[in-house]
Amino acid sequence: MRLSSDGLVFWQYGFLKLNGTIVYSWAIMAVLVLGSFLVTRKLSRRLQPKRWQSLLEIVVTSIQNQIEDVGLRNPKKYLPFLGTLFLFVATASLFTVIPGYEPPTGSLSTTAALALCVFVAVPLFGIEDRGFGGYLKSYLQPTVIMLPFNIISELSRTLALAVRLFGNMMSGAMIISILLTITPFVFPVVMTLLGLLTGMVQAYIFTILAAVYIAAATSSKKAKKGSKGTSAQTHAT
Amino acid sequence: MLIDWFTVCAQVINFLVLVWLMKRFLYKPILSAIEAREKKIAAEIASAHTQKAEAQTEHEEFEHKNQEFDLKRKALMTKATHDAKIERERLLGEARKAADDLATKRQAMLQSNAAHINKELTRRTSQQVFAISRKALSELASTSLEQRMSEVFSKRLHEMDPKTKEALGEGLKNAGSPSRVRSAFDLPDHERATIQNALNEIYSTSVELQFETSADVISGIELSANGQKVSWSIDEYLKSLESSVNDLLSAKAPPEPALTVTK
Repeated sequence: MRLSSDGLVFWQYGFLKLNGTIVYSWAIMAVLVLGSFLVTRKLSRRLQPKRWQSLLEIVVTSIQNQIEDVGLRNPKKYLPFLGTLFLFVATASLFTVIPGYEPPTGSLSTTAALALCVFVAVPLFGIEDRGFGGYLKSYLQPTVIMLPFNIISELSRTLALAVRLFGNMMSGAMIISILLTITPFVFPVVMTLLGLLTGMVQAYIFTILAAVYIAAATSSKKAKKGSKGTSAQTHAT
Repeated sequence: MLIDWFTVCAQVINFLVLVWLMKRFLYKPILSAIEAREKKIAAEIASAHTQKAEAQTEHEEFEHKNQEFDLKRKALMTKATHDAKIERERLLGEARKAADDLATKRQAMLQSNAAHINKELTRRTSQQVFAISRKALSELASTSLEQRMSEVFSKRLHEMDPKTKEALGEGLKNAGSPSRVRSAFDLPDHERATIQNALNEIYSTSVELQFETSADVISGIELSANGQKVSWSIDEYLKSLESSVNDLLSAKAPPEPALTVTK
């Protein structure tokens, strides 16, 4: 049994290969980019926008508001990174309703890649906001003794991000596959619906955690409050 | 191995490319559109505020003008009412004056008519009385009225009180010209002689007389000399009759029409 779409190799030349994870990711990227392009190529500046434009505006402004609620003072700055993170994971989960589709987020390689992006983005935003020294000092907070723990925390939360998303998405796809062999009628549908819900929740959690990590890395007091709140959420998840 | 590092690298690149593409095709245009719309809404709100302020100003101006108009209207109304009152008083005064004039004229006309009627009545009455008396006297005593009147006049002359007698005597004496004896009818010679004799006898002298006929002396005889006058005529009786008739006419005179002024 194939645990992730990494095993589905379409083409390989040496270490270069084109597996299902990459192909499905490209498909998701194509849908997102083409959809956005088609809607935004003729944007209406009227007071009453078109239907699809309204949908995208709702999505974008909702993500922006969520980022702001976490404590990031300039949400427009973080919107492309965090918004894309959410839309990619959410779309990957949403497409599970298509038969034969395997979500790329069910691959640890994809989740690890996303977690690595967050792992790199957090210090970059932190250094941009507080300066290199200021950011490094945050590892010595509240005391120097906490330095190794902070470093471990940094690594472990990145690992947790990757594994959490991978575990949820992979398990969902796995359960559906197993149920299809046992009870091929009702239960797979129910579990698919549950998987959709779980996927959306995971997309939200992944994005919010990334936002919280970035907020914690920046100097905003509000961001620190958000960080505390989300630590509990992280443990609960 | 669950992690394929080539796939990880590829996915990292894919994700970064996706971030760039989404920023290019989704976030930037959408946020620009939202921002443009917000600016448009803000501009429209500002425009609405301006229009509201202008409308408020115009409303206040209108209210102010309305108040001014009301005041002017009230003043004009007061003035018009005052003018109308004055004009009404003037017209009423004129009407009253016209009515008074008319009443005066009517009164004068009535008086004139009454006087004319009186005169005519007096004349006719005297004629009738004269005719009746003449007829009665002639039938009863076989004496003409003129004769009887002359006798009565002569008797009156004889019966004058001394004071009147003396005054008349002075008048006859001092008269430069013949004293006039006027009668409503032409006295016959016999009656003239009777009067002449009576005067001559009373004053023991020959009194010079001039007999005249005058319609004013109604059925009577009048002797006038140097401002002194002695007379007898039916006129005295007629005066009494006239007074009675006047009273009767006054009592039966129609009431004055009341002047009615309608507003």
